[in-house]
Amino acid sequence: MRQVFLDHQSATPLLPAVFEAMRPYFTEAFGNPSSLHHHGLRVRDALKQARQQMAALIRADSEEEIFFTSDGTESANLAIKGVAYANERKGKHLVISATEHPSVMNSVEFLEKQGWTCTRVGVDSEGIIRLDELQAAITPQTVLVAIHHVNHDIGAIQPIREVGRICAEKAVPLYVDCEASAGWLPVDVKEFGAALVSFSPHRFYGPKGVGVLYRNKKARLVSIIHGGVQEGGRRAGTENVPAIVGGGVAAAVAVTELDSRAKHVAELQARLWEGLRSKIRFIKLNGPEPGPKRVPTNINISTEFIEGEGQLLMLDHQGFAVASGSSCVSKSLKISHVLGAIGLDHALAQGNIIMTLGKDNTVEDVDYTVETFARIVTKLRGMSPMWDEFERGVIDSVIAPTGRGKSFSQHAADVSGKPAH
Amino acid sequence: MSDTYTLYNPTVMEHFMNPRNMGDLKDADGVGEVGAAACGDIMKISLKIKDGKIEDARFKTFGCGSAIASSSMATELIKGRTIDEALKFSNQEVVDALGGLPPVKIHCSVLAEEALKAALEDYVKKHPEAASQVGAVSAVAA
Repeated sequence: MRQVFLDHQSATPLLPAVFEAMRPYFTEAFGNPSSLHHHGLRVRDALKQARQQMAALIRADSEEEIFFTSDGTESANLAIKGVAYANERKGKHLVISATEHPSVMNSVEFLEKQGWTCTRVGVDSEGIIRLDELQAAITPQTVLVAIHHVNHDIGAIQPIREVGRICAEKAVPLYVDCEASAGWLPVDVKEFGAALVSFSPHRFYGPKGVGVLYRNKKARLVSIIHGGVQEGGRRAGTENVPAIVGGGVAAAVAVTELDSRAKHVAELQARLWEGLRSKIRFIKLNGPEPGPKRVPTNINISTEFIEGEGQLLMLDHQGFAVASGSSCVSKSLKISHVLGAIGLDHALAQGNIIMTLGKDNTVEDVDYTVETFARIVTKLRGMSPMWDEFERGVIDSVIAPTGRGKSFSQHAADVSGKPAH
Repeated sequence: MSDTYTLYNPTVMEHFMNPRNMGDLKDADGVGEVGAAACGDIMKISLKIKDGKIEDARFKTFGCGSAIASSSMATELIKGRTIDEALKFSNQEVVDALGGLPPVKIHCSVLAEEALKAALEDYVKKHPEAASQVGAVSAVAA
């Protein structure tokens, strides 16, 4: 069966050159970079080269500003807890947006239980941070502002240079989570005014098992994992050498291919949304329209009157890999907090599907996706009491209200005895 | 697609991909529609009842794979049962017949039980004469 992979936000296949570069570091170059003999020194050199390649991707001045972690989640934990603990005496207040990745949200929640406070800055209906709220949120006690570059769920690109200017004026370090942008959009730590930046090579054809944290030398950061003196004392533990080497090569390729990859997926993104919008009624794009405010890899849609997990399963059955922010796919039975933060109606959040494009997707893939998805929507709507009740005028559409029938949420509350959350 | 790696077991997947008894009954004797406050899923079951027995059942579901499979299996299981028997129906029967559901999805089978019982209640409301035929029904209708 034909396979179409549309979940590049979760993983990408290794570039063959990356795989080849990693291979010797599993076997003949197996040394530990902390060792003082030639086996160790050999891989130490390899780490230095990878650091330079990572620094080049985000236009950092020096490879000494690059720390390796195990993944994006660890980078976020280190950035937030490491800065918070280092500046404890200065103040115990943090500022983040309401749509950060769970690794940021939950690191902050952990600190709140220990006496820190946090202000969560709201976003507009497209998911773009409210700069006036950000400006007002920063106090003399604020030790860190954490705002992502691109939203992991809805692809919204934040006005990060403006965020950086506000933080510079207030002299508060800024941590920018670039997990959803690095390798696809230009990242420039100085233009961003970022003290810390994180990204992961597995999002751009590198391996899993390595995360990157950039830290400007002026920003104070303490280790949260204790042990030996690896990574300049900022992250104890033996480095994952093969993954770091592979990640470095993936970063180097991303530097040269970034523009052509971005152009390619942007064309597919526009075609995909245009196809879905024209073929399927009562469908909504979450986040900004394709263009300068949206990362070119991401399409996040809500299809009304049907639920997301069912869509995902049927797509999987037909060979398509996608993701969903529906409550039914989450272990907590909660909708994606990003969809909640942009004020999306609960019923629409239930019908959510996320498609993320990659360099190997084709125009044919996109057309085939639209055609298959339209069939799946018809099938699931045929099974949905909501679609039937909409057609009979019992409930109304949220996306395109007809003025007849009650809201879906009201109906859900009526039949469940409790309001939908 | 992979047959080896599916989110649910083969029975659940089969009932999701090829649901039994999907649709509405035009001249239904009882219809129940319930929603799950936890996740937002909605399930509707229609029954055709004759001589105190469930002759036919149909479902429509707004929900995940396990919710659709649960409603498909529940409607299969209750066909041919008397109202008395159907009132004792438990979600565990659905879980067992499906060969198990992930713990976080057990509530989908509960929703199927609730939809069935709501349809039986609706039947008794519409057919008060049936209450005298069936002892346990009056308790539900009250």
